Amino acid sequence: MREETADSSARTVPFRGGGFSPKARRWIGGAVFIVLIAGIELATRSGLITSLTLPRPSDVFSTFVALWESGLLWKHLLPSLSRLAVGAAMGALAGIGVGILIGLFTLVRAGLVPLVAAIFPIPKIALLPLFVIWFGIDEASKYALIAFGTFTPTVVATYGAVDNVDRSLIRMGQSFSLSWFSIVRKIVLPGAMPGILSGLRVSLAIAIILLVAAEMLGAEYGIGAYILEAGSLYDLERLFVGVAILSILGVLVSTLIGILERRLLNWRV
Amino acid sequence: MHLQLRNIAHNYDDMTVLQNIDLDIPAGKIVCVVGPSGCGKSTLLRLIGGLEMPSAGQVLQVGDPPEGCLNPLTYVFQDFALLPWRTVEANISLVLEDHNLGSERKEAIIADVLSRTKLSDFRKALPKQLSGGMKQRVAIARALAVNPAVLLLDEPLSALDSQTRELLMDDLVSLWSREPFTAVYVTHNLHEAVRLGHFIVVLSRRPGRIQEIVSIDTPLNTRELGDTELETQQQHLWTLMRDEARAADEELIGA
Repeated sequence: MREETADSSARTVPFRGGGFSPKARRWIGGAVFIVLIAGIELATRSGLITSLTLPRPSDVFSTFVALWESGLLWKHLLPSLSRLAVGAAMGALAGIGVGILIGLFTLVRAGLVPLVAAIFPIPKIALLPLFVIWFGIDEASKYALIAFGTFTPTVVATYGAVDNVDRSLIRMGQSFSLSWFSIVRKIVLPGAMPGILSGLRVSLAIAIILLVAAEMLGAEYGIGAYILEAGSLYDLERLFVGVAILSILGVLVSTLIGILERRLLNWRV
Repeated sequence: MHLQLRNIAHNYDDMTVLQNIDLDIPAGKIVCVVGPSGCGKSTLLRLIGGLEMPSAGQVLQVGDPPEGCLNPLTYVFQDFALLPWRTVEANISLVLEDHNLGSERKEAIIADVLSRTKLSDFRKALPKQLSGGMKQRVAIARALAVNPAVLLLDEPLSALDSQTRELLMDDLVSLWSREPFTAVYVTHNLHEAVRLGHFIVVLSRRPGRIQEIVSIDTPLNTRELGDTELETQQQHLWTLMRDEARAADEELIGA
């Protein structure tokens, strides 16, 4: 047999496996940002991109520092964060609740799934005037808009997640005569948690989008108000400061959910 | 407490899966149910434990469950059905939590069943850290925790490799020898049936009917690999089943 392996026709079997399993490499994400921003900086400095097309990143940064030093940053950021927190919490909690009901009860499912499908594609921004009439020009209408926008994607993600809970685990719960409430709390809810959390990633991003929309009407302070004001003045530096803050907010929320996933879902294989 | 099955029949839509099932499950004995695939063995088990309603006939529970029994009819499933987000002890605690036992009593039960299944060192492990055999031992410990009157085992060893299967059979035998329990054990593996069954119920192919009930008198703890008496019984069971199994196999291809 040995002679045969030395045969000139012998070749190593080509490797065909591997791939299809992306890993987390945190610094690569950071590197992409740095390369992109450095590229724009170079291009604007060399005149390849005019300052009318894109503001220079270093100018945006100094505008940000000025905003920070003037103390206005927190004045804009804090109301926005509290609107986001209250609105998204209301929408997400209601969404998870309704999603679980849809996942568990035939009647609720039959009744509400078409309704959710009808509400989902409505651009919630279009309803802002309606919310202002219903809830007033103050905070309540902003909470309502953000909550409403967060609600529908959370419902859809939640009932999908409940549908995917392993039925054999529920059967097991019944076979041990666990109460209905125990089965929901100890089997359905944790089983649906992966799907609910990945749904939250989407709905919280939508909440940030709607935050800006909500601050279009009747907001003196807020990141949205800041961006809109800069936009109407065509002050691109300030516009980009606002946009960057929203992006950072998005990254923070996503990181937060990542931490939550690692904490709550450490049981996953 | 023992169980009596009276003239059970079951249909799914137009398809009859079980017919004329009359069976007594005596206390303190293990009744194995064997039959070709698709003959309704697992359905029968779900009917016995009340997870499904028979289309006709009844399952009777004769006498009262023993003192301290929290869940008279308790299953052990083929896929273990452990909650992956709970540790070994929390998985066992799950089935005790609805009974207001008090933390001391609960702790005592958990410690007891873990030591009986030799799992005491793995209390804090998550299911993903355990091998298949260990997972099934956790499931058995969980079933023992509610002190069942009748254990209903649905192909409990079918997801395991053959070495693990032998080890777990030994475990089941020693559990039974220390404290005889009543069990219905569904399997397609005749070797398991002759090793663990006091009675072996052979079902025909669909619609499942009782073809024969074989009783084996050799005490459980003296049954060993290569026992000629058991070999003969296994051979006998296989002759009973072979044609049925082949017919069932061809039926599935045709369907």
